[in-house]
Amino acid sequence: MSGEPVIALRGVTAELGSRPVLRGIDLTVHRGEVVALLGANGSGKSTAIRTIIGQVPASGGEIALFGTPRRTFRDWSRIGYVPQRTTAAGGVPATVTEVVSAGRLSRTRFGLFRKADHAAVRHALGLVGMADRAKDSVEALSGGQHQRVLIARALVAEPELLIMDEPMAGVDLASQEILAQTLREQVERGITVLLVLHELGPLEPLIDRAVVLRDGCVLHDGPPPRALGQHALPGHDHVHPHDEHTPLRTGLLS
Amino acid sequence: MDFLNYAFMQRALLAAVLVGITAPAVGIYLVQRRQALMGDGIGHVAMTGVGLGFLLSTSPVWMATAVSVLGAIVMELIRWYGRTRGDIALAMLFYGGMAGGVMLINLAPGGSNANLMSYLFGSLSTVSESDVTAICLLAAFVLLVTLGLRRQLFAVSQDEEFARVTGLPVRALNLLTAITAAVTVTVAMRVVGLLLVSALMVVPVAAAQQLSRSFAATFAIAVAIGVTVTIGGTITSYYQYVPPGATIVLLTIAAFIALSVLATPLARRRARAAAARRPAGDPAECAIPATRGAADEVGV
Ligand SMILES: Nc1ncnc2c1ncn2[C@@H]1O[C@H](COP(=O)(O)OP(=O)(O)OP(=O)(O)O)[C@@H](O)[C@H]1O
Ligand SMILES: [Mg+2]
Repeated sequence: MSGEPVIALRGVTAELGSRPVLRGIDLTVHRGEVVALLGANGSGKSTAIRTIIGQVPASGGEIALFGTPRRTFRDWSRIGYVPQRTTAAGGVPATVTEVVSAGRLSRTRFGLFRKADHAAVRHALGLVGMADRAKDSVEALSGGQHQRVLIARALVAEPELLIMDEPMAGVDLASQEILAQTLREQVERGITVLLVLHELGPLEPLIDRAVVLRDGCVLHDGPPPRALGQHALPGHDHVHPHDEHTPLRTGLLS
Repeated sequence: MDFLNYAFMQRALLAAVLVGITAPAVGIYLVQRRQALMGDGIGHVAMTGVGLGFLLSTSPVWMATAVSVLGAIVMELIRWYGRTRGDIALAMLFYGGMAGGVMLINLAPGGSNANLMSYLFGSLSTVSESDVTAICLLAAFVLLVTLGLRRQLFAVSQDEEFARVTGLPVRALNLLTAITAAVTVTVAMRVVGLLLVSALMVVPVAAAQQLSRSFAATFAIAVAIGVTVTIGGTITSYYQYVPPGATIVLLTIAAFIALSVLATPLARRRARAAAARRPAGDPAECAIPATRGAADEVGV
């Protein structure tokens, strides 16, 4: 937690359609940390992420990536990004390999692929367990498989910082375990992660810190709302109704 | 093959082939970003350029290039900044461009709507030596961009937001796509005409999609279709005395229909091949075991 800040937001505000969506966000992610961004639908999680990468202009405050102000930051190959999306298919068919290759562009010069780049694409597909679908059209994939392709696209540039907006949306539990394992290996290699989640799921043990947004403000910044008491016991099976989590979570945060 | 002896037919065929290559090469990126009709819009704007060319008695091709590039840039700017009434602004641009063309050409000395007709629907037999030079130069530019920057353009057209995070100059690439499309419109203007340009940009791509699963294959097949129909249409129009532009477009649509019909059995064959690759004991149909195992029990 003592590493240098990789992402630093200070008092960031943003408007969408003249409506304030971020109202002064402070957020710092240090090197090697895994930070989860939580919050209800519409609380501004995606907007915060899209402000960090520059897709949404910040109307106030300061954003720095790897210690460089975002405006002058050019070292994009250090960042891997998974947008929140159900499908990223364009109007023309594209194979899984073609989509993942787009993520490698930041590592190439003028978009010329060398042997190492093709190998990196195959490796990234292997990481998410999609190597056997490399030649298939992305339109022929299920939602969860599609999501895994998008994660491979983010990993293929071998980034130092991974920014993911709901990477587990629509991914079944078995695949979530695979992705959690992939992520664990990446974290052990020293990667920094900022990710939006709705439930921690299999990623829970990886997460160092949780930042909770509500109405464009940071409501909580600290230890993740871990399952406490009997929930933490190994072998505990989740047979109770789900809303038991909700009071637990809010109780911890208020 | 006697038509090859005529200089005008040689020029016409050269122009037709270049259009057959460049129009789908640009069109595929427009289709990918779901702006299939952008070519049509640029075609309308280019008419003002043609009119201006007549009025100032300069080359209509170069004038149309200048005006349509300008129009394409304005369209991109509207896309960036015009949040709400973007489509209205585009409509103004399109129809303003068209009306401007008609007006200017009537103001030009000796200009008439008959002159305009050859630009609206193409006039292959009147392609001049200087037209061919212009078409060759412009086509070279289009190919350089669409092939040389294919990975970058693919990334930007597929997912703009992601492309920004890979550090690609998204706005510059969008602008370049728009400019390249504008240049293609003027390349194709003499062959199929401004009103039919968009068909040659979009329909070969749509036809190629019936057969392909990858972007690269779609690109290759679309260009192959483009070249086939432009050559076929030009030769047909030589023998049958039918308008080449319309012939080319109708042939393209015929290709689309033929490939769509062909696609169904092809897909079925692929599915069968995939089923054959499935390991034995993993049948295509679900086999429900007679007795339910413990693993099937669903707890509530
Ligand atoms: N393009 C837009 N124009 C105007 N308002 C928008 C736009 N996109 C999002 N908003 C608003 O901004 C707020 C924050 O949206 P955001 O997408 O950041 O939420 P989120 O926390 O990611 O939600 P979710 O969990 O559903 O993904 C919402 O109230 C939404 O209505
Ligand atoms: Mg969101």
